Amino acid sequence: MHDITNDICKPVEGKPTKAWWIGFIFSFIGLCLWLYSAGYTMTVGIGAWGLNKTVGWAWDITSFVWWVGIGHAGTLISAILLLFRQNWRNSINRSAEAMTLFAVICAITYIITHMGRPWLFYWALPLPNQYGSLWVNFNSALVWDVFAISTYFTVSLLFWYIGLLPDIATVRDRAKGVAKKIYGFFSLGWTGSVRSWVRFEAVCLILAGLATPLVLSVHTVVSMDFATSLVPGWHTTIFPPYFVAGAIFSGFAMVQTLLLVMRKAMKLENYITLYHIELMNIIIMVTGSIVGCAYLTELFIAWYSGVEYEQYAFLNRISGPYWWAYWIMMTCNVISPQLMWFKKLRTNLAFTFFISIVVNIGMWFERFVIIVTSLHRDWLPSSWVMFHPTFYDVGVFVGSIGVFFTLFMVFIKFLPGVAMAEVKMLLKNSSEAAKKRMAAKEGKTYRFSPETGGVVIATTTTAKKGENHE
Amino acid sequence: MNKYAVALYDDEDVLKSGIKQLQSAGVKIHDVYTPYPVHGLENLVGVRRSRLDIAAFCFGCLGVSCAFLMMWYMITYDWPMDIGGKPNFPVISFIPICFEMTVLFASYGMGLTFFIVNRNIPGTTPRIMDERATDDRFVLAVPLTASDDQEAVNALLRDSGAVEVKQKEAAY
Repeated sequence: MHDITNDICKPVEGKPTKAWWIGFIFSFIGLCLWLYSAGYTMTVGIGAWGLNKTVGWAWDITSFVWWVGIGHAGTLISAILLLFRQNWRNSINRSAEAMTLFAVICAITYIITHMGRPWLFYWALPLPNQYGSLWVNFNSALVWDVFAISTYFTVSLLFWYIGLLPDIATVRDRAKGVAKKIYGFFSLGWTGSVRSWVRFEAVCLILAGLATPLVLSVHTVVSMDFATSLVPGWHTTIFPPYFVAGAIFSGFAMVQTLLLVMRKAMKLENYITLYHIELMNIIIMVTGSIVGCAYLTELFIAWYSGVEYEQYAFLNRISGPYWWAYWIMMTCNVISPQLMWFKKLRTNLAFTFFISIVVNIGMWFERFVIIVTSLHRDWLPSSWVMFHPTFYDVGVFVGSIGVFFTLFMVFIKFLPGVAMAEVKMLLKNSSEAAKKRMAAKEGKTYRFSPETGGVVIATTTTAKKGENHE
Repeated sequence: MNKYAVALYDDEDVLKSGIKQLQSAGVKIHDVYTPYPVHGLENLVGVRRSRLDIAAFCFGCLGVSCAFLMMWYMITYDWPMDIGGKPNFPVISFIPICFEMTVLFASYGMGLTFFIVNRNIPGTTPRIMDERATDDRFVLAVPLTASDDQEAVNALLRDSGAVEVKQKEAAY
């Protein structure tokens, strides 16, 4: 157990590695790009972007939905896999939860920047105001979104922080000087007493139970931003489940990207193993297939509905001026994850990394296809236009990736990136299970002996399994 | 200043059997500190199951009521608006926000209750018996009174499987 503590605390206590510095510097350059692009956008307004009267949402909402989607995997891993008692989640849940928070922060930056007048963001909140108390419209999916995203962020933050408490306490107890004071402050006086652990486990379980429907509700509400409109290509009932599956799909791909970087940069290969990566790949494959089914269902329903606007919207996606975006989406999201059926490929690290990036790109294009191709063909053919991104569209997006990775790099430097306490428990349980398996193999059962303070052989069955066969 | 005899174990099974042994000898256990949650320990030490789930339920009920009342007040009572001829009391439209507020109140209500009952408040001095309790040792603390024979307690603790026994004076 002491080795686990040492291994996981090492990146926090020691000097950062070269890999960390390289990652941090690149991310920080991205962050600076974000500051510049977002700052410029806020100064001159969203005219800085390539939006026009017809295409009023483009890179901004595409990237917003992309980030929210990525944010889903963290809670899925920590909450749903906890409820299903999937123990393998233990080495990856911490970084996945952190990723959720940072992805949602990036999504929130998009909400703020796309407002045009970001200083009036509080107009989205139900606050008393000078317009005779003109309250927000609770029939609007956009208002639901304000509640959904902010609840999701705050609850994820709480879940992550409570999970971190015991590990911050571990770092505190090993640290000296100023570091001890800082970690001491954030560990909130955690001791690891029996009572606190009982409460801790109760809180984690209930939070997982609360976060599971929450995570499903968030992307459902995001999809309703589109589904409750009358735009052909948006106005479909399949959106909520399709968006949730897509969110899990892209989120897992992002977790995969991050884990592969983290295990290398922080030398955590013994904790984030090939086994974890393979299981994640299987989830990517399954959710990718669900997303593929959703794409095909959309096409079928467009044809089957007999609505010509709907049919045109989908034909236009496939073969219109944005055909390339549609086919990038199809290739990246539907075809590439199917390669994970091959064990050789899904256990290959370089290939996994490649596919995780491909899926991230594909999922970005999915949102681009949904948003831009649905909008650019208006009801009036005279307003049909193309969308051309400007430097600031790209700058805010690339910059937001920089913001995300900067936050992640700072996180893995200052906080334990793997849930130590949980890994220790897992080690104990799995070594117990291994002992039992070995005992069963040898025809022996073991019991704990208080006299010797160790495990002793309790009974030895003489008849071996094979001997019953004639 | 309270005095404690502190025993350190290096395995949870030894700890559990040690506790049973100590309890049968009539030793009163102050508390046990472990690096990870040891299941079954709470029954040995006599800790009741947590009632935080009840707190979460109550806060959840509060959340849903607040959300419903807020929306009803704003768009039905205080300033009814005609938005596309839709009704002013759209209960179905209230559902998403009622749900989000239930989760928000339940989580934060329970979380804050957890911090308070656990005394996890920023700036508190942790009531540590041994710093290795958050690393790799299972730490058991036994309160010592003036009438206790320290040597006898130490011997008893060592017998129960402890790898290390020490005394600690603490303000808690």
